[in-house]
Parts: sequence; structure tokens; C-alpha cells
Amino acid sequence: MYRIIEKKNIGPEIWQMKVHAPRVAKYAMPGQFVIVITDKKGERIPLTICDYNRKEGWVVIVLQTVGFSTKRMAALNQGEAFADFVGPLGQASLFINEEKEKLKNKRFIFIAGGVGAAPVYPQLKWLAENAVKPDIILGARSKEQLILLDELKEVSENVFIATNDGSAGEKGFVTDVLKKLIDEKPGYYHECVAIGPMIMMKSVADMTRGLGLKTIVSLNTLMIDGTGMCGACRVTVGGKVKFTCVDGPEFDGHEVNFEEAMRRQGMYRKEETESHKCNIDKAVEESHNKKA
Amino acid sequence: MKLTKRVPVREQDPEIRRNNFDEVSFGYNEEEAVAEASRCLNCKKPMCVTDCPVSIDIPGFITQVKSRNFKEAASIIFRSSVLPAVCGRVCPQETQCEGKCILGVKGEAVAIGKLERFIGDWARENNFSIPVVAEPNGFRVAVVGSGPAGLTCAGELASMGYEVTVFEALHKAGGVLEYGIPEFRLPKEKVVKYEVENIRRMGVNIITNAVIGKAGNIDGLLTDEGFDAVFVGTGAGLPQFMNIPGENLNGVLSANEFLTRINLMKAYDDDFDTPVRTGQRVAVVGGGNVAMDAARAALRLGADVTVVYRRSAEELPARAEEVHHAREEGISFMLLTNPLEVLGNDQGWVTGLKCIRMELAEPDDSGRRRPVPVKDSEFIFKTDTVIMSLGTSPNPLIAGTTPNLETDRRGCVKAIDENGTTTREGVFAAGDAVTGSATVILAMGAARKAAKAIDQFIKSKI
Repeated sequence: MYRIIEKKNIGPEIWQMKVHAPRVAKYAMPGQFVIVITDKKGERIPLTICDYNRKEGWVVIVLQTVGFSTKRMAALNQGEAFADFVGPLGQASLFINEEKEKLKNKRFIFIAGGVGAAPVYPQLKWLAENAVKPDIILGARSKEQLILLDELKEVSENVFIATNDGSAGEKGFVTDVLKKLIDEKPGYYHECVAIGPMIMMKSVADMTRGLGLKTIVSLNTLMIDGTGMCGACRVTVGGKVKFTCVDGPEFDGHEVNFEEAMRRQGMYRKEETESHKCNIDKAVEESHNKKA
Repeated sequence: MKLTKRVPVREQDPEIRRNNFDEVSFGYNEEEAVAEASRCLNCKKPMCVTDCPVSIDIPGFITQVKSRNFKEAASIIFRSSVLPAVCGRVCPQETQCEGKCILGVKGEAVAIGKLERFIGDWARENNFSIPVVAEPNGFRVAVVGSGPAGLTCAGELASMGYEVTVFEALHKAGGVLEYGIPEFRLPKEKVVKYEVENIRRMGVNIITNAVIGKAGNIDGLLTDEGFDAVFVGTGAGLPQFMNIPGENLNGVLSANEFLTRINLMKAYDDDFDTPVRTGQRVAVVGGGNVAMDAARAALRLGADVTVVYRRSAEELPARAEEVHHAREEGISFMLLTNPLEVLGNDQGWVTGLKCIRMELAEPDDSGRRRPVPVKDSEFIFKTDTVIMSLGTSPNPLIAGTTPNLETDRRGCVKAIDENGTTTREGVFAAGDAVTGSATVILAMGAARKAAKAIDQFIKSKI
């Protein structure tokens, strides 16, 4: 069993949990994820790692309770435990293998949409520890959904905010802010890392493709085992079939077939009575449609 | 007592069982087992033992069944196998022990598998587990994977006095016994869980949710974690696809995904959260045991199921019993047919398979007649779900994270001798991780040999 050391409500229906999982904490790296099972009847739910402490043996996860399974997860309280908690899974962020000296001169622009701020945090934290302080655009539907703002401020140079309703920062989408930043300083950024709902990652990739700005995305596909066994997570990247769980979750955003990935993500939509990811996507899709 | 006919085994009626996930075969009761056991001629040179990958003393245990010494029968089997209730159910006995039974020449072979199952079940029902006699010897071995190979190796080593820790990536121990083989062939709570617990009762520590290659690696096990040797029994879990157009459409899935949802995650039971969908019509591509399992599971979820296989009935790699059960339950077979493309609608959901008829030419490397396409014989088969069951290969996770552990071009760990010795000192491997997908019992046989090799390796270093 994996005990919940701390549980915090950090936004509407958004929960942050610190979980005792020493083996995962010992080996976790930025960019990786875990699979969590609430109890013996639960699903295997993939969640990105938000923070970890090797010495104290804990891992932090963030979940938004909009679906049946995530609601069951969030119903657990501090002191209670998850039945299963496995990881770290997937590949670590690519930049951790880069030469430290080169990395110091690299100007990143991170983009986090909604709970996408959770997986972005350990990446920025790692970079900050290696003397790299990127800029970040944080986007959400409205002010209340902006999470980890203080934590992100600490590990980044500039935090730009976009909300759909204008309740904080710029009114609009992360892509609007990105466009403005790039217009102001063309060629300033060397690499973009975008994590959030699929539709957001697609919009960012579509925009940066034309600008030749390398863009890394982190895919949240369907998954069961998370170790390369089932193939539910297969995506087409650069015309080749990849398994998100073992080859990813990070891929070159310009190479990902997002139409296929979004379609495949909805494969169990009917069965999942309202699932976590699809609802976020649906909301964002709707607001995009409204805009158009 | 008619010597030529075996005691028939009672089964659920096909019309009833096609609607449930309960076990198909009821197995022998005591009277039936004793009657069947008495058919055994107790040959001087028992060929059945020679053809058993783990060399169970078959006439020995059957003699004990005959005289109702079930406990003694169980003791005899436990000397060679830690999974009798599993093997009695899933071994291809007809090509192994029973295939060599002298009674099979003029009639039906002794039902060795059914007798083994009877004893395995008897041991469980009577709480008779594997006795451990050896004193702890102070050496520690790590076993990666808790499938048939891992459990066998762990059990063997524990009985020699080793302290064994098994690392399992999934949340339940058992490997393919848990995620692959369905409930109606191999009950999970009743049979698999109990035989896994037997290994734990021998003192083996099984750690679930531990993905070696991600949460630590083999180097770490041999150094930081202080194990004297490592056994790799990670199986062949990587699904193969056909690489034909349309394979990423919604409604195309690997047999591994389909069966994992159903077996490991219990998606067929509404009480469990994991979803599974089959649609109205399911095409299962492939002809092996896994294809039969997927087809029969889909049928039980209410679908109309067709197995699509490129060779003829004679070449079906699945056990005859599985094909027979599948046909009884109403599964259709579209033989000598090969899919060329998966077709979909504008929403990206599967609507059909574009197939071509095949005919058999000269035998290929595998000794089976090679299927070749019949010109201009393309046709469309309407279906809304396609389950790809084309075999599996070893997961590259271990090989990719273990320096000097060589693999072949299929990704199988190279064993440099019969005992599972690998190119990396102190690392041994057996089962599907070495051979590619094969059977439970072959993995167990190879794992037993590897356990002995590990014992020799460690003792040679003292």
C-alpha cells in the first residue's frame, strides 16, 4: 500500500497528493509518469510526476477530479493509501542528457495548460538546479485553475499567464501569449516544451512549426500496463508507430499525428461515463470552437 | 474398465458457458480420478516422463492416485513442479506426456493433465503446500518477472535454501497466468493466486509494482542491492502488429490489450472500473492459443466472433482442445485468409477488413506449408473490432538497460547454453524472454535448469 502523506486542494476539483513510494522516488526523473490504482477494483490511471524527494521517499501527483476513476482517487484522505503505485515509467525529459554547458545557454519557453503545470514543474526544477531558468506561459480556463503558480515562479525567469475568461493575465489562449512573445523577440527562444490538453499541444505545435521552433510535447494517451505490453497508447510520430508509455511520453510535437492521437484518446469515451482527460479536452475544444 | 477410452471430463455446456467466464472444464472428482489413474500401465520405461519438460514422475504420482494417497501424489508432483493446478489446465499434454502414452497407440492416452489438475486442486483444497526442507544458505537471488519461469526458478532456489526476491512490474504476481490466460481456462482467485501464494509460503518475497529497467536495473540489483545472481524471466510481452494500413483506427487492439483488460483488470465484471469494448462483430487475426483466448473472451462479452487465419485448419498453432472448445461455443473460422488493410469510417472507427484468400504452397522454414495469396481474390469482411493476435516478442526493457546482456535480432535474450547462462556474468535467463512466445511448461522446464545453474554459479564462487 502507498500511503498519502499529504493531500491539498489546489484548485476547483484539483488535488495535490504526496504519496509514500520510496522505490519510485529513488529513480524518478523529470518527464516520467506513474500508474496509480485506487483500490482492488480500480483502473490503472497514468499520472505525471509533479515532484519527488529521494531521501524522504515520496512522490507528488496532481489530479483533476472530473471522471469516475479520478473521483474515486480523490476520495482517499491523508493517511489512507493507494492499492498500487508504479513507476517511474516512460523516458525522462530529453534535455537531461544534454551537455550542461550547452544547456546553460539554451533559452526554453515552457507552456503549461491546466494541470499540465504539474509535469512541467519537475522539469523546471531540474533545470533551475542546473542553472537554467526558462520562461513559462501558464494557461487555464480561469484564475482558480491556475495551479502551482508560486512554485513555478521560483524556478523560472518570467511567468506569463493566459486565462480564457481574462480573470488573470492575458485574456485568451497560451498560443496568443506565445505569438506575442515571439513577435517581440523573434528567434529568442531555442526550444519550446508544451504540456497540457492534446488540443492545446496541437495548437502550439501548429504555430511553432512554421516558425521553426523545436517543440516537445508530452502525450497523455490511453494506457493500461505502461510498460509496452498492450499497445493501447500507440501514436504515429514522423510516420512511425510509437508506444507512448515506453518511447515517450515526450515526442517532437511537429512530428506527432495529433488528429489520430485525439481520436484514439476518445476510444472509450462512452464507457468512461465522463473521463478525466476527455472532459478537459472537450472543454478546451468547445472554447476553441466558440472562438472560431 | 475399458482400456481404450479415458474417463470423460465433465464440462459446462457450450450454450451456457458462452455467456459466462466460469471455468469450462469441471475436472475429475475423486472417483473419476481414481478410475482414470487405474488405466495407467505403469510402464518400465515411461515415455511420458521423458516428454515432460519438468520431468514429473508421472507413473509415480498416478500410482498414488490409484490407491487414493493424494497427499503422496501431490508430494511427488511438487518435487518437479510448483504449479500443478496451473499446468494441469494449460499444458499442451497431447503433444508432450500424453502424446507418448503407450495407451494412445490403440486408444486414448491416460488423461495425465486432468489427473495433475485433480491433484493440484486437491492440494489446494486440503491446504497441502510445498514443504521446504533446506536451511537458509545465506545467498540472495533476484528474480525479474513473476510468470511461470520466474515462479519456478524462485521455488527451486527457495527449496535449495536461497533467499529469493521476485520483482514484478504489474500489480499482481503471475505474469501471463494473470494477464494473458482467461478466467474460463484458468481461474485467477482460486488457482493462480493460491499457487503464487505457495511460492510465498516457501519464503520467497514477491515485490509487485517494481519495473526493473525503470525503477532500478540489473546492475543495481547485483551491486547496490547485493544479490549474488539475477534470473531474468520477463517473458514475451511486446505485441506484434501487421503493419498494414488502418491499424491505428479506433477499434483495432492487440490481443494483449484486450486480454489484459479482461483478465488482469476484470473489465468483464461491472464491479470493476476498467472498460472494454467489443462492438457487435469481432475479427481476431491469428490462430494461436492467444487468438482462441481473445476470441472466446469476446464471444462471452456478446460479440459475434470470427477467427481470421492465413493457413488452413491443420496448421492452426492453437491446441486442438482450444479450437474444439471455440467451435463448440460458436466461433467462426475464416481460414486461408489474410488481412491487407483495416477499413474505417470518417470518424476513424473500424468498419471492416480488406482480406485476400490464400492457398498453401511448399513448406517453409517452420515446416508448415507456406501461404501465398490467390490472385484477384480480395474481399471485404465487415467488422467493428479487430483484435491482432500475431504473437509477441520480449520486452526490450531489460536488455536495453543491462550492459553486456546480448540479444538476438528478435530481441530474445541470448542463452549461451541449455542452462540459461547469458553473456553477462551472474545473469541467467529462461522462458519466453529467451525463446520468444512459447508455452508455460517449456518456460518452467528451462527455469528449473537455470535455477540449478545459478546454484552452481554461486557455489563455484565460494
